[in-house]
Amino acid sequence: MDLLTWGRSPWGEWVLTHVSWNLFWASLYAGILFFLAHASYMLFSAHRKRPSAETDRLEAARKDLPEKIERHNLTARLFHWVMAASMFVLLFTAFLPIAGVRFPWVQWHWMAGLVLIAAIAFHIIHASFFLDFWSIWVGPKDIPEFKAEILREFGHDVPGPKSGKYPLGNRLYHLAIVITGLAVSISGAFMLVRVRTPLFVRNPYLLRDFTWGVTYVTHGLAGTGLVGLVIAHVYFAVRPDKWWITKSMILGWITRRQYLEHHEPSRWVVGRQSSSPAAKPAGQA
Amino acid sequence: MAVIRDIIPAFELFQPASIDDAVRLIDKYRDDYWVLAGGLDSMDWLKDRLRRPRYVIDLTQINELVGIKDSGGGLEIGAMTPLTQVVHHPVVRDKFGLLAEAAELVASPQIRNQGTIGGNVSQDTRCWYYRGGWTCYRAGGNICYADTPTAINREHAILDADRCVAVSPSDTAPALVALEAQMVIRSSRGERVVAAEQYFVGPGIDITRMTTLQPGELLTSIRIPATWAGAQFYFEKVRDRQVWDFPLVNVASAIKFSNGKVDAARIVVGAVAATPKRLANVEAAIVGKARDEATADMAGRMAVEGAVTLRYNGYKVPLMRNLVKRAIRGSEGGTWTS
Repeated sequence: MDLLTWGRSPWGEWVLTHVSWNLFWASLYAGILFFLAHASYMLFSAHRKRPSAETDRLEAARKDLPEKIERHNLTARLFHWVMAASMFVLLFTAFLPIAGVRFPWVQWHWMAGLVLIAAIAFHIIHASFFLDFWSIWVGPKDIPEFKAEILREFGHDVPGPKSGKYPLGNRLYHLAIVITGLAVSISGAFMLVRVRTPLFVRNPYLLRDFTWGVTYVTHGLAGTGLVGLVIAHVYFAVRPDKWWITKSMILGWITRRQYLEHHEPSRWVVGRQSSSPAAKPAGQA
Repeated sequence: MAVIRDIIPAFELFQPASIDDAVRLIDKYRDDYWVLAGGLDSMDWLKDRLRRPRYVIDLTQINELVGIKDSGGGLEIGAMTPLTQVVHHPVVRDKFGLLAEAAELVASPQIRNQGTIGGNVSQDTRCWYYRGGWTCYRAGGNICYADTPTAINREHAILDADRCVAVSPSDTAPALVALEAQMVIRSSRGERVVAAEQYFVGPGIDITRMTTLQPGELLTSIRIPATWAGAQFYFEKVRDRQVWDFPLVNVASAIKFSNGKVDAARIVVGAVAATPKRLANVEAAIVGKARDEATADMAGRMAVEGAVTLRYNGYKVPLMRNLVKRAIRGSEGGTWTS
């Protein structure tokens, strides 16, 4: 299977055109296979959850914490759902025609792309200046947590470290989305110059043929990658054991028990009192 | 541009004698076949070696694909019926003169003898960048060479372009859309019938195809209902060389009048978009109006709303406007100014 497709330019040169759309099917099937494999494992394996007695003990000791703890403020939630909506429009408009469902997709696609780019730009500013920027990133400090999570998945009782504000899976996923999302957005922004929009005067000569080819390939690779990533994300979002995270992205808060069960208070410090219905963590607007 | 090499690469030739056999063959070889009708579009592709099918399915031995027969007051025309036969058929001339006129303006007599109506409506676009073998959008690439600042794009689209600016080159297609024809398509899954208006596909829907025909499907006949039989028709084609050329713009109209006013109308313009462009807004606007210069002026102006020109095809806007105006005027209204 060729991963890239090539074309012939008027100057007789072979130029990159885009990725093979077989990669879309590969990503789709990989996402579905991951979902089936993980769901089967979770159903039939002996993976370990933390003992509830441990959480009971923590909750008894931390009665000072409010019942509801804010996990995502309204702005962050709005960003997430706007990004999710634009992402679904982008994926459906990009890949339904490839799957054989024909419709005029280009206008919907670039408009959703603009929404995504605006949302990402907003998120970068919001997360950099108004949220705890480093809480979502992974680094060497997370290796013990990673080991503990893996051992727990394989059935071992591990008292190991809990996560900060975001579970390790969240952070790894965020990293993957940062890479693919930025790649698809930046390449898409350049590609906008090639289609008719009210925004720009078309300029197919903005880049050289080779650079255009790389741009289209980048867009295609990131786009096909997002198919699998989004399937994985939706799968985890609807899993019963992860529903508390999804719910917090809708309502904005988690319970004190969920906070103590899943988070390390020293890594995600929550203010002792707040006038709002849900207490705001320290360092968060 | 592609160099014509004249020697066609080898392929395996099939000459089925029935539609069923042809459908079986295109289903069997659906990944690498080419359907040969009159050969006028096909030979260019094959000789230029821009299409290298392993299997060519020649339809010329299928008698059931040839002929014109009555069908409930309308007509059913076999897809392999030569254009000359369409031009001279008495019922076509008597009831559906629009189609006879359009078919008579296709290319030259020799080409009309060899060319078929199915081939004429299903032919590929004549954009020379695409046919030159360069990997444009329509050829699976990521650029339209005709829509660049230095492109030679005199014949290209002014309406409904979506990345690709190629146009439909058919003369009979606008007439068939105006007559509300239906295209009968056969495949191994059975028969489906689509309105002529839906048979043609723009680049927004599918940038690599001109029609709704999918691999494994074969256009077998064209049905023309009695709906517009005997209406007042108008067909005009403007081309560079009067003796033999593709249209720069063509227009086909069918209009019914009642008490001097437009009762119903179908107006379709060709070679301005990738599909025959039906002017539904113009049709709606002229219903109930008198056939006069004011109505025609309004129709012409409405017709070109939304037109986007390229470097060299700006002339198509006034040309289309005037052709639509003349279509409203009809053949008799010689005193008008355009």
